[in-house]
Amino acid sequence: MATKILIPTPLRPYTDKQEAVEAQGATIAELLADLTTKHAGLKAHLYNEQGKLRSFVNVYLNDEDIRYLQKEQTPVSPGDTISIIPSVAGGRAGK
Amino acid sequence: MTPTAKQSQLEAGVAAAIRRHGEETFPHECCGALIGTGDRVTAAVALPNTTEEGPRRRFLVRPSDYRTAEQRASELGGELLGFYHSHPDHPARPSQFDLDHAWPTFAYVIVSVMAGAARDMTVWFLKEDRSSFDEGTLNGDENSDSDPAPPVHG
Repeated sequence: MATKILIPTPLRPYTDKQEAVEAQGATIAELLADLTTKHAGLKAHLYNEQGKLRSFVNVYLNDEDIRYLQKEQTPVSPGDTISIIPSVAGGRAGK
Repeated sequence: MTPTAKQSQLEAGVAAAIRRHGEETFPHECCGALIGTGDRVTAAVALPNTTEEGPRRRFLVRPSDYRTAEQRASELGGELLGFYHSHPDHPARPSQFDLDHAWPTFAYVIVSVMAGAARDMTVWFLKEDRSSFDEGTLNGDENSDSDPAPPVHG
């Protein structure tokens, strides 16, 4: 089952500038694994050194943040759309 | 999309808008989106700082505001080129926290706001291996020859 994944601007260089790509999988975890296999350059920017999704990477199933569903084990149904949406954070050094 | 020469060209009024925003929110950090084409930034769009970690030293653009920024870029016929934020009473250099949360290809403009007055402005790009930032060349900053910074209190 192919599911559409919407790619945010800063990651499009890793998907041949495509705004949307397709990946296979029955859960979010499987979809993202397939996505990063097909577009290997995405991996370092989506996952930290421990293999977990970075905290500022938000994954939405249709319009719902997967943190409020079953996280990466959230099942995906035909017709669903996945969106990767950045949080942008930073700040100065020190206290 | 990726600035190959690692530079940002700020069109007229953009640098002034960023400085003004940094001064308005002082002593809190301001943040906003940079919109344009290629390496030319034609608009700075102010966004709310939604951090819950203390806005004097942190900023956060939440996902819904990020979406707004991408939509605004489309409406303006451009693309989202990056983000700006201020460092109140700190230099315009990226912190480890900036590095840990950076996205590839984006331009990160930082303005130093010392004692309420905007000073230096710089631009940075995340290295591909995420190890550090490369400083880019910032063109079009009309006020780059600002007066010497006053003493920093506290």
